Amino acid sequence: MSSLDYFNDTHRMVRDTTRRFVEQHVLPHVDEWEESGTFPRELYVQAAEAGLLGIGFPEAYGGSGEDVFMMVAYTEEMMRSTSGGLVASLGSLGIGLPPVAKWGSDALKSRIIPPVLKGEKISALAITEPGGGSDVANLRTRAKRDGDHYVVNGSKTFITSGVRADYYTVAVRTGDAGYGGVSLLLIEKGTPGFTVGRNLKKTGWWASDTSELFFEDCRVPVENLIGPENGGFFCIMSNFQMERLNLAVMANMTAQIALEESLRYVQEREAFGRTLSRFQVLRHKLADMATQVDVSREYTYRVAARMAAGEDCIKAVSMAKNMATRTSDFVTWEAVQLFGGMGFMRESVVERLARDNRILSIGGGTYEIMNEVIAKQLGL
Amino acid sequence: MKVLVPIKRVVDYNVKVRVKADNSGVDLANVKMAMNPFCEIAVEEAVRLKEKGVVTEIIAVTVGSKAAQEQLRTAMALGADRSILVETDQEDVQPLAVAKVLKALVEKESPDLVILGKQAIDGDNSQTGQMLAALTGMPQGTFASEVVVADGKVNVTREVDGGLQTVALDLPAVVTTDLRLNEPRYASLPNIMKAKKKPLETVAPGDLGVDLASSTKTLKVEPPAERQAGIKVASVEELVDKLKNEAKVI
Repeated sequence: MSSLDYFNDTHRMVRDTTRRFVEQHVLPHVDEWEESGTFPRELYVQAAEAGLLGIGFPEAYGGSGEDVFMMVAYTEEMMRSTSGGLVASLGSLGIGLPPVAKWGSDALKSRIIPPVLKGEKISALAITEPGGGSDVANLRTRAKRDGDHYVVNGSKTFITSGVRADYYTVAVRTGDAGYGGVSLLLIEKGTPGFTVGRNLKKTGWWASDTSELFFEDCRVPVENLIGPENGGFFCIMSNFQMERLNLAVMANMTAQIALEESLRYVQEREAFGRTLSRFQVLRHKLADMATQVDVSREYTYRVAARMAAGEDCIKAVSMAKNMATRTSDFVTWEAVQLFGGMGFMRESVVERLARDNRILSIGGGTYEIMNEVIAKQLGL
Repeated sequence: MKVLVPIKRVVDYNVKVRVKADNSGVDLANVKMAMNPFCEIAVEEAVRLKEKGVVTEIIAVTVGSKAAQEQLRTAMALGADRSILVETDQEDVQPLAVAKVLKALVEKESPDLVILGKQAIDGDNSQTGQMLAALTGMPQGTFASEVVVADGKVNVTREVDGGLQTVALDLPAVVTTDLRLNEPRYASLPNIMKAKKKPLETVAPGDLGVDLASSTKTLKVEPPAERQAGIKVASVEELVDKLKNEAKVI
């Protein structure tokens, strides 16, 4: 991996531990898990024992410390599992739990964070609704105060880890229309009035469970409020920054692995009496792929370094995500093309990478929403 | 009981190395480095002995540049209690020089056991453990596939050509580890964090009274010849003919 400057000895050790975790616990089973549409819950415990689930969370609550490049190294090596869905579900605490850690009450933090970091409980984030995803300010799920409870009515969809999660960080409307009426509530599985829908069938991310959530007069204690009432919009937007960086890293790694697979294949596969790597048009294609992957990764690293230094990078991280997903769109498409018929077969890694890639420019803020963020920052 | 575990920073086993353009050695620029796999097995064995309550202190040691601190930190993340870096910028320190350094450290630390890899995957010398045993007069159990410490002795099961041989050594002793001794663990993140606070002492070879100067000189390093594509033969007669007259192996 290039850009040695960004990673220190600790990051390299975390990378090594993650790589070994993937080699020992994931790679031998990953094809089976992808085909069966899930992976054993035990994997959460195994990842927790290695301390991997604790990345990004304070040591006081059982975390492994907050360190941006530790997360980058972890995500890069987890992506070596070649299952974006597994990375997304195993890592759903990375988007569900930070609001609790940052804005939750001390009582909520000490009750919720440790069991999730131990792999005993699963955390998920629930923002998107059947009526809209990107338009967070206009979400419709209603939470009406009634004594020491909120009464929640509405539904959510496309929720990663939605089927198996225990704790859901849910965006609800507690106030008036618009962004100033949004709050975050922690809703626990088993709360009367809260039901989980079916495991949705998807183009990619097969090993990930994704579902709808329904709330019908669901009574949630007020102490489960995360952050200030009607102040949830800021928490959600702030939480998106790290998620977008992580999605950029996932896209870069998707492209990196597709590139590596392609480089290997073109040197083996023969056509018209020579290997594919001897055709100039294909050599140049690979040169283009490699250039885009390198440039995108370096930019993402730079943004990560700025975020690690505490800079506000709302524009830059949106650019990094769009650059990375455009790169992975191009590289995975071309990789399948280079593989020909084999690239269409489920037994080749590039087939899965191409399917898993499709979500990356949609989830965590679409390509278009990223461009809106960038345009606003440009003063338009 | 105290254990000394010498380790080595080498090119990661996944890396396909290249010879430098001037044939002076292997190109190490921007190449991923790691702890030698046999050294990982040595660290693991020491940690298991500590977990069994046989060992009370594990000291990891290496001879190398400042960058080798990373491998000492890894050893401490795996369970070593402290470590010593014998710092030198000299590349390619020969086994005899390393053995002399280790002898000096054995005299200083008085370990009951020295466990080290049977060889490093860069030089593949397989000499350091044996030389250390000879220099210190300690008994040696090399290529261990099982290590049992009991009653002031260490029983070392060795993988030899005819099968397994078990030798009983008086302590202190030198043990070198073979591939099948154990499966090394990986470091958990909390242990990686704890390792940052464990003591890492740096000494110069001169402080130990050792001169690392090599008695051998590398003249030229060349990659192995590329393997030629195989051929299909039509009959046994042709095969025998080719083995006899072309390959000249029978």
